[in-house]
This record gives sequence, structure tokens and C-alpha cells, in this order.
Amino acid sequence: MIKVRKLIKRFGLKPVLRGLDFDVQQGEFVALLGPNGAGKTTFLRILASLSKPSMGEVWIAGYRLPQQAGLVRRALGVVSHQPLLYGDLTAEENLHFYGRMYDLPDLHARVQEGLRIVGLYDRRRDLVRQYSRGMQQRLAIARAILHDPEVLLFDEPHTGLDQEASAMLDSVLREIAARGRTVVMTSHDLARSVDLASRVDILSKGVIAASVSASELDPVRLPELYRSVTHD
Amino acid sequence: MTKTHPAAKVIESVVPIPTSWGKRIKSYLRALTAIVRKDLVAEMRSRELIGAMLVFALIVVLIFNFALELDLRTRGTITAGVLWVTFSFAGTLGLNRSMSIEKDRGCLDGLLLAPVDRSAIYFGKVLGNLIFMIIVEAIMLPTYSILYNVNLFQPGLLVVILLGSIGYTVVGTLLSSMAVQARTRDILLPILLFPVVLPVLISAVKASTGILQGFEWAEILPWMNMLIAYDVIFIAVAFMVFDYVVEE
Repeated sequence: MIKVRKLIKRFGLKPVLRGLDFDVQQGEFVALLGPNGAGKTTFLRILASLSKPSMGEVWIAGYRLPQQAGLVRRALGVVSHQPLLYGDLTAEENLHFYGRMYDLPDLHARVQEGLRIVGLYDRRRDLVRQYSRGMQQRLAIARAILHDPEVLLFDEPHTGLDQEASAMLDSVLREIAARGRTVVMTSHDLARSVDLASRVDILSKGVIAASVSASELDPVRLPELYRSVTHD
Repeated sequence: MTKTHPAAKVIESVVPIPTSWGKRIKSYLRALTAIVRKDLVAEMRSRELIGAMLVFALIVVLIFNFALELDLRTRGTITAGVLWVTFSFAGTLGLNRSMSIEKDRGCLDGLLLAPVDRSAIYFGKVLGNLIFMIIVEAIMLPTYSILYNVNLFQPGLLVVILLGSIGYTVVGTLLSSMAVQARTRDILLPILLFPVVLPVLISAVKASTGILQGFEWAEILPWMNMLIAYDVIFIAVAFMVFDYVVEE
């Protein structure tokens, strides 16, 4: 579903990604770990077609980036640190707006379903700026899954959430994975990554330094592996 | 042409791929109107953008009114200048705010992730900004008329104001989407905008002065033609470069 070959990204003269290779099969849930500055967000922005690679090949859902970005975007849902939502619109209005941008059929029914999935149906007419951080993140997920994308990219979705909101987000992520969607999630939370993902990759110094199946991984040994790979 | 991987055949996205020109145009217009509508609804709730533009415009007009003790003849000569100074500076406030709203919560990324031609995003923002500017102008014209005792409700002048506002927002929206990426965006926009938009402002001031002072149409028409030409050129340039401006 995702194929990346010899990906290089430079900002000016500074290389951030240095010949990265990455493969994700359909229905796989990959947690991407790595220290600050390893290039996780940059990599995710390239996969999301928001940033162009300096060199290398990126294929998503059979389409090549950046040449076929329009087709890739139809198959992508993205949740980042920021909610990508308008504070002066209600939750329902935000989803209707994004639905129109995607030219979705049966938009009203989709919006209602999305709000129910993330448990915000009863608060659908509240302005988003009145929402807590956790509620905004749940609405961001509803926005990302509104067009039922094949591939979902999550950039540290648990950042700033309390325990309860994180647990709710986890259950939504499990539901998405159970529906056979392909997920790539960046995170700093090692235990949560092992718990949620089917594979854990560690990004260090601009390349994938380790890639382990979550079923073969001993959660107790992950911090040790992480330290040895990232030299933290 | 880029080759598509065989795996692409198994992907059945619910997002329709427009197959005909008619469907493409419909999808384009749907995205464009969604942005305009979103901007209008958000502004109706917050009143941040029009409020700031209006207060600034009123202050400028009032200061000129008290600073310049003018006879009727002199008023006719300075009116166009005062009007366009007011509109252009108030417009800068609006342009900055309009793009900041998109940038602050990452909404610009949300727009760029949508599978629409990016020019639809640009023209949606231009239309929204133009509507806000016209609302401020519609309030300022009668205010100015009362304070300065000058009749501004002349069809020719209204056409010039519309053409000037189109040129201003077309360039302003493009440059504000560039400036918003910078940390110093509030001061960067006027520095970038005014040199580029100067031909529009000069043409608008000259044409407005001609109309207010009752010049012959033969004298006014070249300035109006220049305004139209600049509007068309800037719309074409912005259409071509917006994708590169918002690209990382």
C-alpha cells in the first residue's frame, strides 16, 4: 500500500531523510518511533503530499508522489498535532466543509456517522473552540475518516491528551485498524505503540534503523532496542 | 505521463474522480464555494476581520477629516487619495487575519490535503477577502460622504472601486499566503504587497480623481483600462504560481 525507495529530503543543505526505504502492506498498522529531530514529521508530511521529496520514490495506493498527488489525496486521511479545524465553526459545520472539499456523496449521513464513531454526536452543534483538546482530536479523526480513506497517517495523535482522552483515541484507532485500513502513526510512547501497532519501526538519523513485528517484540525489551538504535 | 502501479486498481475510494469536464467544473466550484461560505460563517460568528478593518478605516477617515480643513474644491482633489489609503491599509489588516486563521490551527494543511485543484482554494480565499473588503467599502462610502460632504455614489466611481478591490485582493491573497509562512508575517505582508500592488493603486486613484472632478471619459478610460489589464494579469499569474507559493 505504501512503498518508499531511497527517499532523501533536505532543507537547504541540511539532510533530514537520508535514503529512507519503507514498505507497508494493506491493513498493516505501523508505529514509527524516533527521537525528536529524527525526521518523523517530515516523513509523514511527504507521505501526506504536503511536502515534496528532494530525491527518491514514494508510492501510495499505487499512485506516485508528487506526480499523482491528487489521486493519492483521495486515498489519504491525515491527523496531525494540530486539529486542522476551524474554531468558529461547529463540529458539524467543520465536517460538512471538509466533505464539500472532497465532493463526497451522501454528505449529511457521513457527517452524522463520523460524529457518532468518535462520540461527539451530542455536541455536534457546539463551536470547536469550546471543545477540549481531547474532543478536538476526536473530531480531527472524524474529519480524517470522513471519506473512508484506505491509508491513515497519524502524527503523534496522543500529544496533549489526558489518560481518558488517550484511551478513547486508542479505541478509535483499534476500530480503524479492525476495518482493515492501513495506518502509519508516529509516536514517542513505546508501550502504546507496541500495544496498538502490528509493526514497530524506529527512525533514526534519517533512515529506518529497525523494523520489528509487534507480535515478535517483547515490550520489556523495546526501550533497550530503542536506546541501542537511537544512541539515546 | 506517470505510470500507475497495478495495485491502484484495487483501491476503491469513495471520493469520486471527476471523469468529464462538467463534473470537474462542478467539483471545482463546490470546493470554491465551500471556502467562501466557511469564511463568511466564521466571520459572522467572530466579527474579528471586518471589525478590525472597519475600526481602522473609520479612524483614518476621521483623522483626515479633522487634520485637513478644506474647501469644497480641495476636497474633490484629495478624496480619491484618502479613500484608497483607507481601503488599502484596512485591506492589509483583513488579508493578514484571513490567512492567519488558516495557518494558526493548521487549517491550511487541511485545505491542501483536499483532492481539488489548488487554484480553487486560492480563488475561494480571494472571493472571501473581496466580499469583506466590499462590505467595509460599502460602510465607509456613506460615512465619508457625510463627513466630507462629497457625493461618492457615482456609478463610474463604484466600478473603479470594484476593479481596484479585485486587483488588491488578487495580489494580496497570493502574497499573504506567502507571508503567512514567515514568523514576521504581520510586517512582511505590507512590505511585499505595496510595491507589487502599486500599479493598481495608482490607476485606481487616477481614475477615481478623474470621475470625482468630472474629467472627460477620454482622460479616465486609459486608467480604467490599465486597472482591468492589471486585474487580468494578476489573476493569471496568481492562478499559475499559487501551487508553488503554498508548497513546502
